[in-house]
Amino acid sequence: MRNPETTMAGKPKLHYFNGRGRMESIRWLLASAGVEFEEKFINTPEDLDKLKNDGSLMFQQVPMVEIDGMKLVQTRAILNYIATKYNLYGKDIKERALIDMYTEGIVDLNEMIMVLPLCPPDQKDAKITLIRERTTDRYLPVFEKVLKSHGQDYLVGNKLSRADIHLVELLYYVEELDSSLLANFPLLKALKTRVSNLPTVKKFLQPGSPRKPPLDEKSLEQAKKIFRIN
Amino acid sequence: MLEAHHLLREEELESLSMAGKPKLHYFNGRGRMESIRWLLAAAGVEFEEELFETREEFEKLIQGGTLMYEQVPMVEIDGMNLVETRAILRYLAAKYNLYGRNIQEQAWIDMYVEGLKDLSDMIMFFPLSLPGEKEMNLEYILERATTKFFPVYEKALRDHGQDFLVGNRLSWADIQLLEVILMAEECKPSVLTGFPLLQEFKARISYIPTIQKFLQPGSQRKPPLDESSIESVKNIFKFERGMFLKNMSTIVAEY
Repeated sequence: MRNPETTMAGKPKLHYFNGRGRMESIRWLLASAGVEFEEKFINTPEDLDKLKNDGSLMFQQVPMVEIDGMKLVQTRAILNYIATKYNLYGKDIKERALIDMYTEGIVDLNEMIMVLPLCPPDQKDAKITLIRERTTDRYLPVFEKVLKSHGQDYLVGNKLSRADIHLVELLYYVEELDSSLLANFPLLKALKTRVSNLPTVKKFLQPGSPRKPPLDEKSLEQAKKIFRIN
Repeated sequence: MLEAHHLLREEELESLSMAGKPKLHYFNGRGRMESIRWLLAAAGVEFEEELFETREEFEKLIQGGTLMYEQVPMVEIDGMNLVETRAILRYLAAKYNLYGRNIQEQAWIDMYVEGLKDLSDMIMFFPLSLPGEKEMNLEYILERATTKFFPVYEKALRDHGQDFLVGNRLSWADIQLLEVILMAEECKPSVLTGFPLLQEFKARISYIPTIQKFLQPGSQRKPPLDESSIESVKNIFKFERGMFLKNMSTIVAEY
């Protein structure tokens, strides 16, 4: 009789709560690379405690991804591994440096958007104003300029890389915040369309995929409970 | 005449070798550039520094157009103006063979390095604590260091019994760990009590010639922020005190 564990053994297994958070960019990257994965959701504080007590979490934190016999933690370590494994990290260290520079900028802006729900209500407006400013003045112009400078379809090396995937993910979040923020970035809009039409990405963008929706009040409360954030 | 000729050759040689050296752009302090100085020094790579001291000088650098996101650190190397600390560190680690021999070793190094960053960020922002919160923040840092972070590295060394964290040879992870151990000891000299393998590790890695050289007075290693340099940093980067708590909320959000 086939043991269901062994058939599943090949797929990466993601440990996180049932929401975007820091795991979402990992889901995007795996999905875009056409890699099927499983998810084990942390639904209660006790679920997280169990993972900690198992010794599965090097720094007692998630995200954690079981892949190739390892229990990877630290979002960047996980993303680096996946990008390298699936050839989404450029062809040499110089391309990798460009990809890293773009990715870190993207992550910085994404982080600001991601932690917005945790912002105290009296500071929220100021935070949103800052995010808008950073989006249109600091970050998006950089990537628009890169695409304009070489006229190619992708940010680095004329080939899809993790930088394109992270950027397109970010553009979706920017759009969720305010679609007019993308108005002056035609090349970025074109990149978003182009990448969204890739078969693997298209599939991920469809309902029923592992892609997670924005945090609503209820899921925010649950996440705070699980991670014991006040 | 022979002397003049000799001098000219030396100048020529000097300018040629200068062209090869990485050039670091930052303020005259540790901050986010210190890990980069450590890595270069450990790899035995000579580097130059252009250190700004005022807001005006920093703005001049921004206007020069070499800072992708108008932020530092920035390192000129191999024809590129690299920004983003992690991008710079990864490039250097890969270039100088300090990033493991395969994708698994790279993953272990990444995990160890990323884990340390949370602790080193806390220590880095500590001088910007509000005066009334200094003691509380220091206690917090030491508690985290000794219960969350150091045990991981002590265990790693114990489990494989090797001299280095990954792949039985020196990597970026070892250099980063030494840097953070020394920073933690500046907070509390006895912080490694209870971590015998980390104590041995510290001695062993410090003894590596390139690192030993960097640890000596007169090297490009920077001292911790003192009260007078805090004012200067605040003005250059427009920080406020209480940055520790603000930064802490980001760390807490690594969930």
